[in-house]
Amino acid sequence: MRKKNREVAVVGVGQTKHTSKRDDINQVELIAEAVQKALDHAGLTIDDIDATVHGNMELFEGIHQPDMWHTLAFGGYLKSGIRITTGGTTGATLACAVDNIVASGLHDIVLVIGFEKQDEGHTTTGITAMADPLWGRSLQTGAITGSTAQIMIEKFGERAIKAAAKYRIIMNENAKLNPNAHLKLDITEDNVMNSFPLAGELRYLHMCPQSCGACAIIVAAEGVAEKITDKPVWIVDHETVHREETFNLFKTTGDVVTTHEMAARRIYKRNGIKKPLDEIDLFEMYDPSAWWAVDWLQKFFLLPEGKNLELVENGDICRDGKIPVNPSGGVVSTNPIGASGLLRVAEATLQMRKEAGPHQVPKEVKRALASGFGGTYWTVLLLLSKDKPQR
Amino acid sequence: MAKKIGICAVAQTRFERAKDKKRVQEMVWEVVKKVVPESGLSFDDVGAIVTVSDDILDARTISDSAIGDVVGAHMRSEEKVAQDGAQAIYYAYATIVSGQADVVLVTAHAKESQVKSRNLVTTAAFDPIFERLMGMDYLAAAALQARAYMEKFNVSPNAIAKAVVRSRKNAAKNPYALLRTPITVKEVLASPLIADPLHKPEIYPTCDGAVALVAASEDVAKKICKKPVWVTGIGNCYDAFYLGDRELWRSKSLEVAAKRAYKMAGIKSASKAIDLIELSDPYAHQQLMWLENLGMCKLGKAKDWFESPKISVNPSGGVLAGNPMMVAGMVRVIECVLQLRQEAEKRQVKGVKKAIAQGATGPAGQHQAVIVLEA
Repeated sequence: MRKKNREVAVVGVGQTKHTSKRDDINQVELIAEAVQKALDHAGLTIDDIDATVHGNMELFEGIHQPDMWHTLAFGGYLKSGIRITTGGTTGATLACAVDNIVASGLHDIVLVIGFEKQDEGHTTTGITAMADPLWGRSLQTGAITGSTAQIMIEKFGERAIKAAAKYRIIMNENAKLNPNAHLKLDITEDNVMNSFPLAGELRYLHMCPQSCGACAIIVAAEGVAEKITDKPVWIVDHETVHREETFNLFKTTGDVVTTHEMAARRIYKRNGIKKPLDEIDLFEMYDPSAWWAVDWLQKFFLLPEGKNLELVENGDICRDGKIPVNPSGGVVSTNPIGASGLLRVAEATLQMRKEAGPHQVPKEVKRALASGFGGTYWTVLLLLSKDKPQR
Repeated sequence: MAKKIGICAVAQTRFERAKDKKRVQEMVWEVVKKVVPESGLSFDDVGAIVTVSDDILDARTISDSAIGDVVGAHMRSEEKVAQDGAQAIYYAYATIVSGQADVVLVTAHAKESQVKSRNLVTTAAFDPIFERLMGMDYLAAAALQARAYMEKFNVSPNAIAKAVVRSRKNAAKNPYALLRTPITVKEVLASPLIADPLHKPEIYPTCDGAVALVAASEDVAKKICKKPVWVTGIGNCYDAFYLGDRELWRSKSLEVAAKRAYKMAGIKSASKAIDLIELSDPYAHQQLMWLENLGMCKLGKAKDWFESPKISVNPSGGVLAGNPMMVAGMVRVIECVLQLRQEAEKRQVKGVKKAIAQGATGPAGQHQAVIVLEA
């Protein structure tokens, strides 16, 4: 286990209902909804909060330094605070950042806010501005990336197409049970496979939506956390791995170690996890498309090739399966980008506390993973535990 | 007593009106390639990377992705603070003391010259329905603040202009500063009024630049570094967003941030304990205001304090002499480090043992950060 100055736990979570449009309210009101729910969940008031951590992606709404305005929503007046952003991984990075801030002893109780209000901007334009203005911008198509589908089909043929469709349906069934999820569709695997193509075999129904939504979590230090709740969820470890040179023009099926594998290897090594599939009870994965999701199951669980498809085909990742993945419906059902990574932590927390409601998994969740994805190829991975870590 | 971290190496580019021969990546590489070897470490020793930049200013979503390779973030952690550079020190502290990493590389960059007007960026910080249409931007907010301060405490235009005179006099000795030509009060007041009551030289110049530093845990800093400078106090704070909700003639957030930093550093009387202050004064009146809010003198009395200053303020020339937004607060930290290490060359102040660096983010300094540094 890595060293840590003191233990840190999630003590309350809140989120809005996520939808494609929230034109009834502004950003401040959207965030305030999630903040109030998190405070109520923790049984705290805004006066109990020492500091705040805020993040989203500026170019989706076009607000410069939005934490300034949003102090109105998160009660920032005369409180400490920081804004941290890392693109799609932002929400997950916020969870890492608050872990560091509380563990360092700077503050005891910290409120974290991730949000996106995508009805106020144009998401694909925003993402395209990520590419280098000289070399990449004329090629970039937002987050619509078809290469994983191509690689998977080269390896597994028709079987991969079916697995991606099945994954999407499993997520849809989960989302239907989650009162806050965005997309709850009436679709079949055939519908997914025959929806219109966005890029090669990446089709419309494989892809996540653009959602408006906010997520807030409250995090506290050991000694304080236990007084706030009898069900603290401990942040055991986190790992961030970046890679810039994504686009390999020469070879699409190389043996490049992905950032997901690297993050997983490091987390497992530090925490003595030998058989992740057996030792992890639940995974809330940032899955922007069904293709990525099926591929990434292999990367995150360090599985032999093809085993990831089996997990989908056998229904092991279903809510009542051996290793439930995204009982919330995942990012492929709900994607308020700056909140999405934080929602993974919030949803895993609810599952551990047995408070997820209709989408609660039947098995006991003692140890869970939560991931974030973004940038050119970036991973943030967090390990959460019901039991307080013994270092 | 709170734990401390050490700053082991610092670097800054020369600040220029427009580095149009360099891309952001080249600008950042210039400081990163200096600072890592200077710390006596290699990239392999860097446990985490913290960067500072702004997506809208860079016109680039995930502006840190542009510099990932340059800061050595390949297959490693990098996280971006989207506030003034002083906040990166707060986060580096958290990263180190939490136990995540023993060594953190911190960078900040901005190319204000790339945008048609800085004001086009900062107008986007305002409430899109009620405030933006009035033409609010950070300059307009600063001008309203300057007027409120001058009215409240009967501060003359002369007293504000003198801040620019001091800045230029000091900057003449700082090879990294942009505006190094001396100026008189008469010249300042004869310059065009850009946003009443602020004249052109009373507003920081548009400029480009980057900075980097290496911070480490106490144990590691002692091992690798001959003259570590210790971060012993950190405080930050938000003020109200709407200008009308604030007492514009003082910064409550700076008063609270300073109190937090002093408490952490065990400082009882800041005006006695501190030898040097580097503060972020993009607008001339803020040099006076921030000094008061840092607790160096009573509210409204900075104009008199500066007649016979007991503490050295901005020997670098400060932000008025030219540091871009996002970067400015980290330059303050770096200048304090150089002073505490006795390496500030011609601008060296004698006998500096304890210094404070201040950085601000947002309209009229809504968010404030204070860092206490010791030799």
